[in-house]
Amino acid sequence: MTNKLPPISQLGPFIALLIACVAFGATTDRFFSGENFSLILQQVTVVGVIAIGQTLIILTAGIDLSCGMIMALGSIVMTKLAADMGLPAPLAILAGVGVTALFGLINGLLVTRIKLPPFIVTLGTFNIAFAITQLYSGAQTVTEVPPLMTWLGATFPVGGTNVAYGTILMILLYLGVWFWLRETQSGRHVYAVGNNPEATRLVGIPPEKVLLGVYVLAGVFYGIASLMSVARTGVGDPNAGQTENLDAITAVVLGGTSLFGGRGMILGTLIGAVVVGVLRNGLTLMGVSSVYQVLITGILVIVAVTVDQLSRKGGR
Amino acid sequence: MQKRTLTAALITAAFAVCSTAQAAEPVIGLITKTETNPFFVKMKEGATAEAKAKGAKLLSGAGKTDGDNAGQVAAMENMIAAGAKTILITPSDSKAIIPAIKKAQAKGVMVIALDSPTDPQEGTDALFATDNYKAGVLIGEYAKASMAGKPVKIATLDLFPGHPVGAQRHNGFLKGFGLASNDAKNNELAKPAEVVCQADSFGDRAKGQTAMENCLQKNPDINLVYTINEPAAAGAFNALQKAGKDKGVMIVSVDGGCDGIKDVAAGKIAATSQQYPLKMASMGVAAGIEYATSGKKVSGYTDTGVTLIAAKPVAGIDSKDTKVGTDLCWGKK
Repeated sequence: MTNKLPPISQLGPFIALLIACVAFGATTDRFFSGENFSLILQQVTVVGVIAIGQTLIILTAGIDLSCGMIMALGSIVMTKLAADMGLPAPLAILAGVGVTALFGLINGLLVTRIKLPPFIVTLGTFNIAFAITQLYSGAQTVTEVPPLMTWLGATFPVGGTNVAYGTILMILLYLGVWFWLRETQSGRHVYAVGNNPEATRLVGIPPEKVLLGVYVLAGVFYGIASLMSVARTGVGDPNAGQTENLDAITAVVLGGTSLFGGRGMILGTLIGAVVVGVLRNGLTLMGVSSVYQVLITGILVIVAVTVDQLSRKGGR
Repeated sequence: MQKRTLTAALITAAFAVCSTAQAAEPVIGLITKTETNPFFVKMKEGATAEAKAKGAKLLSGAGKTDGDNAGQVAAMENMIAAGAKTILITPSDSKAIIPAIKKAQAKGVMVIALDSPTDPQEGTDALFATDNYKAGVLIGEYAKASMAGKPVKIATLDLFPGHPVGAQRHNGFLKGFGLASNDAKNNELAKPAEVVCQADSFGDRAKGQTAMENCLQKNPDINLVYTINEPAAAGAFNALQKAGKDKGVMIVSVDGGCDGIKDVAAGKIAATSQQYPLKMASMGVAAGIEYATSGKKVSGYTDTGVTLIAAKPVAGIDSKDTKVGTDLCWGKK
């Protein structure tokens, strides 16, 4: 029975996306165009890449509230180092990603060494990263950004549609992580730790090591998201990132990953992020107030979590 | 027993010393919506400078995010405990803050709203603020004169649903343009046929960019964009530029921050209505000192003024150039 259909919790996100697309396609004639889809993808790159890190952490039965603020800090660090201190762009980008990885490491150490709950640890680092961002930037937007940092926001034509390099990078990152989780031993350890940390310890895998690696890796993804955010807006914005933590968790949950850990798929998260982008775009095209986008997203989150809960019970 | 009485006496004496020290120096509290928005950072700087010059003590506090009412209430309680007799506040939630203000007033504290009114406006002793409706009217009139009778397709990048300042600027803009609109007291966004796309920017650059991109998908012929503030305008310009439409589309905005004035000078924003947070703050501090010394309260609404700043003047519209705008702007010059 190798051709068995994936369970509903994994098909759910695709079904939701299909329904949304058909509905918007039927109500507005401007929805189905390459240009429009390219735009929707560009609009979800920042949350999309943050959500990769968030998925990995949620797979280990953790959660990360600090992701958006760490992303904002990374983008301020890289743009300020380049604009104020004249650091070459590649070094400044590396420094920015270094800072976000460091925050990932701090989260990871607090979770694994002192055994603090991830929710509280990342609530703390959420505030710390926000404060450092404001203090370091003086609450000022950094506008003199070197061209290399905005390159990911540039587009190239593919059969009449302009596709952004950032979109391509996001998709490549998703495919890379999908392959890693599915085909490599270290990737499967992420699921194992989320399912049953004690069992993994018994078979000789220290769960602390896996967890620490996941948090640092998530930090690296937040750093890449920092660069994506700079590329998209063309500035280092100290007020960015304030809602991205819940937006990323929304994408992960809509994508069918279980908040209890150990179950889910990374490509679902991409679909989850795109669903939110499609709703925002489609409802604007229809001329509907943004409150309805919030309403529909809320309903979808509840549906996704319910499906997960029911399929867990069914699996027993 | 003796000992306890002595301790009590000492404590009373200590309090007495404290309160005489306070009486010598009027204490004024300033509560902004957030600590981070440059508009409020400038407001705090203006208040601190004025307080220092006139020998008053300024306490400052803020909510954590825009809309954080509980944080503002806590700040107000703490400041009154610290001896503040005047509270200057930019209400995050125009209705929810009212009970806390009533409590403060019952203790003899004068409360002045800065920048945005409470609902009802009479909830505070006085209001020092920009006339946001007029700010909208000015950029609407400017856009109308610039368009010189050409047919318009308008996109409005608004704040978020239900905020009075967002509605006042939006409706003022449409009124100034001579379109069907709501009056200054109405919190509904008017939507005449000329407005082909209406989206929320949350006053944020990235969200403004996303909103503009989606509007261009809805109607590629948009030629006039109203934005709630200059970060949203910068995001809109970014979207237009990426779509290769930055030349033929006019953006108007409200705020007059230094970054915004730079964008006016660079031709990204055609015109903006500049407001004056420093003036609101220094007027508030002056009123607080007056109340502390003479016991006289201020009352009613004082318009702190708004100036139309445009790089290109148009016939029949009174505007100032970006040099004037830069001299008066708030934020980093």
